[in-house]
Amino acid sequence: MPQTLAEKLISMHARSDVRAGELTVVKVDFAYMQDWTGPLTVDKIYELGGPLAKDPSHAAVFIDHASPSSFKEVSTGHIKLRDYAGKSGCRLFDIGEGVSHLVLGEKVTSPGMLMVGADSHTCQGGALGAFSTGMGSTDVAVAISSGETWMMCPEATRVEVTGKLPDGVYAKDVILYLIGLIGADGATYQSLEFIGDTIDGLSIPGRVTLTSMAVEAGAKCGLCQSDAHTMDWLKENNREADYRDIKHEPGAKYVRVVNIDATKLVPMVSFPHTVDNTRPITHPDCKDVPIQQAYLGSTTNGYYEDMEAAARVLKGRHVAPGTRLVITPGTKKVYRRMMETGLFGIFLDAGGVINSPGCGACPGSHAGILGDGENCVASINRNFKGRMGNPNSFVYLASPALVAASAVEGKLADPRRYA
Amino acid sequence: MSGRAWKFGDDISTDLIAAGRYAYLRTNLPELTKHVLEDARDDFRTGVKPGDFVVGGRNFGLGSSREHAPTIIKMAGTSCVAAKSFARIFFRNCINIGLPAVRVDTDKIDEGDLLELDLNGGVLKNLTKGIDLKFPPMPKVMTDILEAGGLVPYLKKNKGFIL
Repeated sequence: MPQTLAEKLISMHARSDVRAGELTVVKVDFAYMQDWTGPLTVDKIYELGGPLAKDPSHAAVFIDHASPSSFKEVSTGHIKLRDYAGKSGCRLFDIGEGVSHLVLGEKVTSPGMLMVGADSHTCQGGALGAFSTGMGSTDVAVAISSGETWMMCPEATRVEVTGKLPDGVYAKDVILYLIGLIGADGATYQSLEFIGDTIDGLSIPGRVTLTSMAVEAGAKCGLCQSDAHTMDWLKENNREADYRDIKHEPGAKYVRVVNIDATKLVPMVSFPHTVDNTRPITHPDCKDVPIQQAYLGSTTNGYYEDMEAAARVLKGRHVAPGTRLVITPGTKKVYRRMMETGLFGIFLDAGGVINSPGCGACPGSHAGILGDGENCVASINRNFKGRMGNPNSFVYLASPALVAASAVEGKLADPRRYA
Repeated sequence: MSGRAWKFGDDISTDLIAAGRYAYLRTNLPELTKHVLEDARDDFRTGVKPGDFVVGGRNFGLGSSREHAPTIIKMAGTSCVAAKSFARIFFRNCINIGLPAVRVDTDKIDEGDLLELDLNGGVLKNLTKGIDLKFPPMPKVMTDILEAGGLVPYLKKNKGFIL
């Protein structure tokens, strides 16, 4: 029987083949926590009273959400994480290493793996053909301590995207369009499986953008098959031996098929305060929306390719008076490359400020919190009320290019004018 | 378990339940509980009484994986979260910390209605309106975790998952 990617990947880690809707215990290849969910995860690991880590080489602790720390209480939580990492032998990625999922994308995540993380955007591991899903602190504590978890094999929605993306239109626009179409709960409990020649044409950072936002439609995972782009990415990160074929199977059973013609897409914006509240940039609502802060970064658009797309718009230009530009590279590797290739210069000349690698202002605790009544256009993944630290502010989601164009014009702007 | 209904709308995110600006309180749950659901409706955190019910619409708990969200709803003394539907991670977190989360037609509940939960019977009773709201049965492993008081006590008792 042909399997969906989710069925295939979960079956590879279960005692027998499973189909959508079945419950199973699975072996977890890698489990991790970050500094907002980690202290509670560590408490639960101690409470369980079992091993501190079943296999410490398959677990990690990330300090990325407040990096460097913004409050004394957070700093004390960091001490607990460092102490746990020392005792358990789990790998510690301390401040400045970058966003957990992006760092793992460079160093660990591989086709065929099953991963869980105490962070909802863990689902972006699917960009590399891994079954990867976000869970709470207790579930991840159990996965780290015992090396396994239980789950229901999800039903799958097939998202078939075909045709060439127009200039100035990106993976971010595809996923915002999709979420606007199916809704913030349009794929709850499901696997979103991306297929089609548009997906085949995307490099791994583009697929990361798609799969990281699977959770914004309620999905358990977002999955892409592995292919030459996957191999290129692994080679670029000196781990081509981690490649294996994980392919879509013709005849697999999907509960829903969504077809998207990429050639017809335009740049998209999610309006406050829900991700599915989308408009094409050509919509009248997008006219004359003033922007006080333009924000580049996050686990959804934090790789070099994302920064490069913004830099192409900003090169030789300056942000509008009254608008500030904040840039947070996703990982140390991205940060270093931006420095070496001249992106730092472009951003600084444009009037931008560059944060240390990590989650930055996206989750709302530091490094770019908004003031009362302010609007921010951001290449992040969520625009819930209060998301960027202030319930009296407004977050608009878009691609890095649209963020950059908006910074230049001081209001929501169409990046195709700069393509 | 019985108490009064506090009504919330659709898409109550974990940011509305446990706001990012209070992340520094995540290692101090009693303090964080004082801000529970603050950005959704500010009167809940000061007015909630032991046994009360949080009653939402669609897609309750969407967003982050922060287990602090259901944890502080429970620590506020509530007996249950009822909603038309739940976001996946939030729902699983509720069960893992021993907070019942049930899917019912919450349009049949008004603010302040007296509710009673019969978990084993699969019914949320609206005592004010005299109607029974049935909810779909959960997988046995989930009811077992809930009955044990959460995932940690469940695993201590069973030494592994029994599906």
